[in-house]
Amino acid sequence: MIGASLGVAAYERAPEISGILAGARPVEDTRQARQSAKADAMLALSGIGISFGGVKALSDIDLEVKGGEIRAVIGPNGAGKSSLINIISGLYHADHGRIAIDGQSFSQVPASRLARLGVARTFQNLALFGGLSVRDNVASGRVYTRRASFVEHIANLPRARREDAGIAEKVDQTIAFLHLEAVADRLVASLPYGLQKRVELARALVAEPKILLLDEPMAGMTATEKAEMAGFVRAARDQHGVTIILIEHDIGVVMGLSDRVAVLDYGRKIADGTPAEVRTDPAVIRAYIGTADGEDI
Amino acid sequence: MAVQALDAARVPIDWQRLALPAVLVVVAYGLIPAYASSYLVEAILLPFLALSLAAVGLNLLTGYCGQLSLGSSAFMAVGAFAAYNFNLRVDGLPLAATMILAGISAAGIGVVFGLPSLRLRGFYLAVSTLAAQFFVQWALTKFGWFSNYNPSGVISAPHLIVAGFPLDGATGRYLLSVTTVIVLTALVWRLVNSATGRNFIAVRDNETAARVIGVPVLRTKLLAFAISSFIIGVAGVLWAFTYLRTVEPAGFNLDRSFQILFIIIIGGLASMRGAFLGAAFIVVFPLVLSRLGAFLFGGLFDSGVLDMSQRIVLGALIIIFLIAEPSGLSALFDRLKRRIGSRSS
Ligand SMILES: Nc1ncnc2c1ncn2[C@@H]1O[C@H](COP(=O)(O)OP(=O)(O)OP(=O)(O)O)[C@@H](O)[C@H]1O
Ligand SMILES: [Mg+2]
Repeated sequence: MIGASLGVAAYERAPEISGILAGARPVEDTRQARQSAKADAMLALSGIGISFGGVKALSDIDLEVKGGEIRAVIGPNGAGKSSLINIISGLYHADHGRIAIDGQSFSQVPASRLARLGVARTFQNLALFGGLSVRDNVASGRVYTRRASFVEHIANLPRARREDAGIAEKVDQTIAFLHLEAVADRLVASLPYGLQKRVELARALVAEPKILLLDEPMAGMTATEKAEMAGFVRAARDQHGVTIILIEHDIGVVMGLSDRVAVLDYGRKIADGTPAEVRTDPAVIRAYIGTADGEDI
Repeated sequence: MAVQALDAARVPIDWQRLALPAVLVVVAYGLIPAYASSYLVEAILLPFLALSLAAVGLNLLTGYCGQLSLGSSAFMAVGAFAAYNFNLRVDGLPLAATMILAGISAAGIGVVFGLPSLRLRGFYLAVSTLAAQFFVQWALTKFGWFSNYNPSGVISAPHLIVAGFPLDGATGRYLLSVTTVIVLTALVWRLVNSATGRNFIAVRDNETAARVIGVPVLRTKLLAFAISSFIIGVAGVLWAFTYLRTVEPAGFNLDRSFQILFIIIIGGLASMRGAFLGAAFIVVFPLVLSRLGAFLFGGLFDSGVLDMSQRIVLGALIIIFLIAEPSGLSALFDRLKRRIGSRSS
């Protein structure tokens, strides 16, 4: 493992070293090249760290997510995965580091502007509005597009009606996309867990986000439900081109679904690469099994 | 125009949904003014209407938006005193305008005392709304200007005139009250079924999720405080002008705030009908209890015993409702209706 990580580091530093050797201009070039690589990224975290009291939940995390990519983040319990998503969505404020969302850089993402920045998310523990129907829960995902005031709503003025009609159409499409028609008018709290998870995905998707953050969307589901959900996640990417960060414990799902996988352990990123690379990384195996002699995850 | 015509053609008239409002209108404007005794109007209907409206207002804030408040009575007081002063100091101000200005005054105070809700939740917020209760009562007693330097602090309500018609009689006051309640309830009904109302529920059910999807949480909470206080303020006007016929700070004490909170708990949180069922219960229950007590225990059941037994029974009921039927009378009503429906079919 040590050899491998040194190898990666050497590889990354190589251009810089050669640049220094060759004089000033090439350094400039590499910097530009780097910036354009960053500009390609839909989402880029650099040097993110956060601690709670004495617990370092994340230290010095770099993560880069390309547009249209399904990027898995895995790791044992307490590794800091949810904290990472909470930082990207502005619910936690990182102690240091920066977050670039589609080219806009923040040290603290403003949570109240998140939807307008093109980021939608789901929560590890369901965070639906239990007192609303499935349809209204989904519709709430487009609340960030609304402009009409409460007076316009009470008086049913044209702008309020237009917004309602436009949103209703998108809601219908999303409900059809996720096969929720049969339960659309049920109170969301009355649905089984697996369907509630799907409603939460619907509420995020209806916003037509550029970036979708999914915190364990398949946790607690049966195998069939998981497969179904994985299908929806892939379809969301394939059909709408949305960039996805996926936190998931089920390694089978992760390997099948994601383009690249980052592995966290005790708040550090211990591996990052394609599913095939990560799967055989000894550090990953050690983190999951506690010893280095496991063959597979 | 064409679109509207098309819409009207497509939507079939839902007679069943129109039936209940139609019956209500006939009862409210036909039967009651014609046949109700003045005792029924003065002792039951007028307090029932004012308390129902206050409960509709509090339900918007607590039931729909999830912000617990113990300041209702303060907002009623602000409404009542504002109406009294607008009426006194602005010559020829129509009654409707007086009531709207009173509501706006209460809304302003409501927003100020709603500011802590941006930081505090649940029990802590409730305690901070107590500040409204004590501050308003203190200010109204301390500054004579509010009661026009009346030495007793108890002032009588002005004459009620709408479009030249005097409404000082029991029936007139009833008509004023019932009309105000119907209009405001209809507006609130529209509000809670609109996107704004769903924002209230979103903030109540999961504030974090609401914020992340773009619900303007702070604005939504303050809006809930404003609209709720507006309605409670107007309810205060009805309470003072149509029921008590006097305006005095003492009537708007903490007991009243709790009473309105109990109404929405007993009636059912986040239910428009619940506000009315709860208010009816709170108004009728003491009367029934005193009759029953007198019938069972005769002279032993004096006003002291009545007051005590009323508190005990009410307290027990609140606990029972909170444990066994958190959705209140409104849910019981639904269940009863379903059972009757299934039996008759
Ligand atoms: N709000 C918080 N306050 C205090 N500690 C926190 C908070 N959020 C996270 N932590 C701590 O940070 C560490 C990482 O937690 P996090 O929830 O990010 O892990 P995770 O990888 O999502 O774990 P899991 O797989 O169990 O969901 C844990 O030690 C956790 O206790
Ligand atoms: Mg987690």
